[in-house]
Amino acid sequence: MRNLTFKQISSGIGVLILLILFPLVFQKPFPQHVMILVFMFGMMAVAWNIMGGYAGMFSFGQVAFFGIGAYTSSFLLITYHINPWLGLVVGGLIAALVAAAIGYPCSNLRGHYFAIASIAFGEIVRTHFNNWKLVGAAEGMTLPMLEESFRNFMFHSSKLPYYYIMLAFLIISLVVCYIVATSKMGYYFRAIKESHDVAKVLGINVVWYRLIAIMISAFLTAMAGTFYAQYVLYLDPESVLILPISIQIVLISMLGGAGSIMGPVIGAAILMPVSEITRVMLGHKGTGIDMIIYGALITLISVYQPKGVWGLFSNIGKRAK
Amino acid sequence: MKKTPFLEVNGVTKRFGGLFANDNIDFTVEEREIVSIIGPNGAGKSTLFNCVTGFYHPNSGKISFLGEDITGYRADKICKMGVARTFQIVQIISDMTVLENAVTGALLRFNKIQPAVEKAEEVLTFTGLIEKKGLLVTQITIADKKKLEVSMALATQPRLLMLDESMAGLTRVELRGMIDLIKKVRDKGITLVVVEHVMEAVMEISDRVIVLNSGRKIMEGSPQEVVVNREVIQAYLGEKYNVVSS
Repeated sequence: MRNLTFKQISSGIGVLILLILFPLVFQKPFPQHVMILVFMFGMMAVAWNIMGGYAGMFSFGQVAFFGIGAYTSSFLLITYHINPWLGLVVGGLIAALVAAAIGYPCSNLRGHYFAIASIAFGEIVRTHFNNWKLVGAAEGMTLPMLEESFRNFMFHSSKLPYYYIMLAFLIISLVVCYIVATSKMGYYFRAIKESHDVAKVLGINVVWYRLIAIMISAFLTAMAGTFYAQYVLYLDPESVLILPISIQIVLISMLGGAGSIMGPVIGAAILMPVSEITRVMLGHKGTGIDMIIYGALITLISVYQPKGVWGLFSNIGKRAK
Repeated sequence: MKKTPFLEVNGVTKRFGGLFANDNIDFTVEEREIVSIIGPNGAGKSTLFNCVTGFYHPNSGKISFLGEDITGYRADKICKMGVARTFQIVQIISDMTVLENAVTGALLRFNKIQPAVEKAEEVLTFTGLIEKKGLLVTQITIADKKKLEVSMALATQPRLLMLDESMAGLTRVELRGMIDLIKKVRDKGITLVVVEHVMEAVMEISDRVIVLNSGRKIMEGSPQEVVVNREVIQAYLGEKYNVVSS
């Protein structure tokens, strides 16, 4: 893995400045909301990419970690008045522990078998929360309205602080992904993705490195979950634990380009606005046109550019040289 | 007192259901030897390899490396102890470059990337692949892939290297290259155990040859002894074949 070039760093800083200025130019709530979703799903796709794109574990159960993050911080806040920032860390740790507990018995599952197990895991968690009285079961939980402040992780008058917090979260997840991808771990994950045999023969403890990948991914996904709970201030299993969220995370990553650092963010930047805008403009007619456009886009890209949009960019870059 | 052997395989049996893929096999390997394991298809050569390298766990018997009982150890742990291997069907990482593949192997002994890259380049220079280090592995020939697999194994800095049919399917020129490489590896002080069908190579490189048939060891000796042995010829060519003594 190469180190970052000057061109990459400067264009990264350029994009960052544009993103910082964005809400100052587009002051209406809707564009800001769409961008927040782009960042949030971008972050979850980056987290998925660490285990799916690099380590080859195609998880369709990411929503469980998202839900665990959302539920943990909210439960701690409602029941014990624990600060959501602390709840965020606890939620991440619990998600990572659950990930390890479920990942260990799945150590030898590869490819579609792992995918199937992950779907089952997500559904088990959803069913469980649907019936768990302590956390509100199917009725869900409403977060208390606290005074708006950064400390309380709650803002009522504007989406702007949420926008910047989520942007910061996304950047954190990208930094984590960059560190993973360029370190020994990244090489080992890619070896494991290729085959468990080739990994073992190079002295790689496959079980251990897979668990690390799952735990990092779970922690980051749970962070996004806590954010979501603080942003919406209401959660129930049908909004934070349903399979379509997991699928969307996978689609975003695949569309943008699994196995590259920026790919999943690109995927989110394309898919989330398409899904939100078509939903708002066409969804209320009940014709499902929004889903058709969405589906057609995914089909086109997977047929013509299996390496994702990022693959398209890097091909052009190579040709330019 | 008897010196502890470098590698000792003692009464190893591996069953798959009712089939004895390895039946009570004994042999030892001394340091800096090249030992070849030959035998017809289905003789149990690859199974034996898998037992020694931890990919299978034998049903009974004992395997010791440098005096330590490694029976039942995980494959990655055996690799860390200094036993590297290649596969009959080449196993390399297909979305990496030649160099990145070798670096992945070298990272076993390093935590930082930079020293691993240096080690990987050193190994690729040794195996003659350094000029192709920037190529994706999908762009190189099968002979180079086999060499790369050996390079990855060498990058883990083994004391024992086990090659599973690394010469099958090579052209004569490529075969020459691989034989020379194996000799060079031995000259570096690395012990080799090879499974091989190409007899020309076996005759040239081996210090000792072990012959397996139907899961049993039927013979062990120098290459010259093995090729004239009646039982060995029968194993390969059938019982009706008569050896015309010269």
